[in-house]
Parts: sequence; C-alpha cells; structure tokens
Amino acid sequence: MSLAKDTPLRFARQYKLQWEKAQDAWVLLYPEGLIKLTGSAGEILQRVDGQRTATDIISSLQAAFPGADLQQDVTDFLEHAHDKGWITTD
Amino acid sequence: MTKAGSPPTDTIKPPLWVNAEITYKCPLHCVFCYNPLNYASTFEKELSTEEWLKALREARELGAVQLGISGGEPLMRDDAEVIVAEASKMGYYVNLLTSGIGLTEKRIAAFKAGGLDQIQLSFQDSTKEMNDFLSSTRTFDLKLKVARLIKQYDYPMVLNVVLHRLNIDHIEQILEMAEEMQADHVELANSQYYAWALKNREHLMPSREQLEHAEAVCNQFRARLGNKMKLYFVVPDYYQDRPKACMNGWGTVFLNIAPDGLALPCHEARMLPGLEFPNLRDHDVRSIWYESEAFNAYRGDGWMKEPCRSCDEKDKDFGGCRCQAFMLTGDARNADPVCSKSPHHSVVTDQVTLAQQPRVADDEVRPLIIFRDDGNSRRLS
Repeated sequence: MSLAKDTPLRFARQYKLQWEKAQDAWVLLYPEGLIKLTGSAGEILQRVDGQRTATDIISSLQAAFPGADLQQDVTDFLEHAHDKGWITTD
Repeated sequence: MTKAGSPPTDTIKPPLWVNAEITYKCPLHCVFCYNPLNYASTFEKELSTEEWLKALREARELGAVQLGISGGEPLMRDDAEVIVAEASKMGYYVNLLTSGIGLTEKRIAAFKAGGLDQIQLSFQDSTKEMNDFLSSTRTFDLKLKVARLIKQYDYPMVLNVVLHRLNIDHIEQILEMAEEMQADHVELANSQYYAWALKNREHLMPSREQLEHAEAVCNQFRARLGNKMKLYFVVPDYYQDRPKACMNGWGTVFLNIAPDGLALPCHEARMLPGLEFPNLRDHDVRSIWYESEAFNAYRGDGWMKEPCRSCDEKDKDFGGCRCQAFMLTGDARNADPVCSKSPHHSVVTDQVTLAQQPRVADDEVRPLIIFRDDGNSRRLS
C-alpha cells in the first residue's frame, strides 16, 4: 500500500515509541509485545508526531544527516511501518 | 541466596515483562483457574502499595517494560488505580487483566487518567451452578455494560474466553456475543491443565470432534468479519506433539510476582519442589533475577536430560514447560511429556483418549467439579 506523502503521520492506537536505556535503543511498545528498533528506524519514528508528513520527516532527516541520500530508504521504511499497522494517516 | 551454576550473570538478559498478581481474591469460582490451589494462604500476606511500587521500580530499572496487572481479580484491591498510574509514570506499558466485575465508570476513568494502556476482559463461568454462563443474565448484562465502558474510554475491546469441554459447544453464541460487544480481538484459548484446571482435567478437556467443530465455527466468523474482529483459537497443548516454548524459556523474559511477594519465573512455578523462590520483601529484583538459585535453575540447557539434551529443537521449545514435566512425570528436568519424543508421552495421549468418550450430562458432571473457592483452597493447602 502506498502512503500519502502530504498527510500527517501518527502512531496507531496502542503503539507507543519509547527510549529504553536498558536496551540502548528506541522500542515500539504494543499490548504484550515490543519491537526493538535499529538506529535508523528510531531516528525516523521519533519524528512521527501527528503533525509532520512523510515529506516533512524526510527533510528533517536530511537536515540532521546532510550528505546522505535518504529519500528512498525513509519512504520504504514508513511504508513498511504503515503496512504493519504501527503508524497511520487517519 | 546461593549463586547457582549455569549461565554467568553477564549473559543473562534482563526481564522485559512483569506480571503483577496483586491479589488472589476473586468474586468468581472458575473451575479452570490457574492460581495455586492454596491461593487463600496469601490473603494475610499481600504486598502493600509501597511494596508493589518498590518492586515495580526495581524491575523497571533493570529494563522491564511490559506490565500485566492481574490476579485473582485485580479490582478487588482499591489501590489498583494507584499502582497503574505509578507504573505508567515509571514508563511501563500497562495492561489490566480483569473479569470486569468491579469496573465502574469512576474506576475506568481513573485508569484512563493514570495512563492505563490496555484492558483485557475475560469471560468465564461465573456461577456455581454450572449453568451455561450465557444464560446467566446478570453476568451478561454486566459484561455488556463493561464492554461499553471500555469502548467509551477509547480502549480496544480485547476479550479472553477460556474454552473447555463444558462450554466449547457454545462457541457460536460466544462469538455472537463478542460481535455484539464490538470486540476487536477475541482470544479463544482452551484451558491449560494446571492448578484448578488440572484437578478438573477430565471434565474440561474437549474431544477432538468438539475442537474441530469450534475451529470450523471460528473460521466462519473469520471469513465473515475479517480484520474487524480478530480471532485467536488455541487448542489444548495435549493435542500437540511438540511442547510450547513455555515463557520463552525459564528466566529469560518473564517475571511473575505473586500477591505475597513471591517472585516466580511463571505463574505456576510455586508448585515445583526443591526450589526456594525468593520474596520481594527480602530481596531486590536485581538479585532475584540474576543471582537467585530458583531463577537460574532452568536457565540455558545445562539442566536438560535426554531426549532434550541432544534434541535439535531444544532451542525452539526449551524442553517445554517445567511445571507440566513435574506434574505429569514427577521430575521437572524431564521433557514436557506433550513431546512425542518423551518416554512419558503416553500420560498425555491417554488423557486425550479419555476425552473422546461421550459427554456426560452437565448435571452429572456438576457434583464432580472442584470449584476455585476459599473453602476448597484451604482444604487443598
């Protein structure tokens, strides 16, 4: 499913992003489970706040990591997160 | 506490999931309850609010992040709201497991304000008169009311229904009720045969025919409702030929805290002989998790006997459940006899054979059932 680029993204109900010191990682929490995120997945999902769109998130990442060509990877990951039901545009 | 052998402290991963059984008090008398038979002995020894918060804080510091608040019926404690709110502030993802009895609007509003993340509502036979619980109007109305509150407070409706020989043929009515309640998730798990359910095993184990019928009905609902109501159907492990990966391995993820402060690697471990389980009143969570003899007893695979020791599936199921191995073979180090490789496998298949006998009428079964109530608990202690 392709994800609208100009609609704000937020976490689906029941999903919570949290920094876990013990795991030295961002984790995504949901009922009776958690997903430990890689560094880059954590960077992307930190920017999901109910206001920023996919385009905003890409520009914010490009500003934070200048010189890297992030567009495709970030888009792919956001689509993956959307397909998994972690984030939503509703 | 003694430090025991196998994996050295630095290879032990921290706990991720705490289950806080805040009380074994419960207004229900479910015949399949997995609370210990002698649960009533904890009534006078329950941890205080402060003791709970101290234990939860210590576990959180180690890295635990999922928290179940269960029981008994956790709403029997009037500090459930405080425990939930404080745990949520500590950064736990908090899940309340309740029968719904006692869940008033005032209490659910307090839970919501305190940051409770999820509610799991269970259904059970709630009357001593083994009547079909669906005909028990009082319970049905109460559950519908609670279900509406859960929706009103913007929680998903998660229903847990324990299935067994005496109710599994009502699966269609159960699912119709779930649909009427606008359930988002329905877990239809057959009872597991521990504690009270083990006492009542022969009256609770469904026949193969009953299971097939129930699964077929589930599939019809799935086909009709799709993602609108997600159904999980779990058959009794006795019908499998490989054991469950119990607790994802002993002392790897899960920390159960009983109402009296006993720290356990699973809900049932209290029954295992030869292990002295540490109490949160006497020890901190760090020493319990990493150093106690009980939590190290079945970590790794050094404790395994054959056929587990040389089995190429031992990293997948960890030899199954230690408690089931002990209950059914007398030695917790044996393979869980659900496994067809176990030399004791016939103790499981014999029960399955017994379950294929024709069903006895409910009124003949009723006097044979042992209900979970305080009197029976004291007698069985």
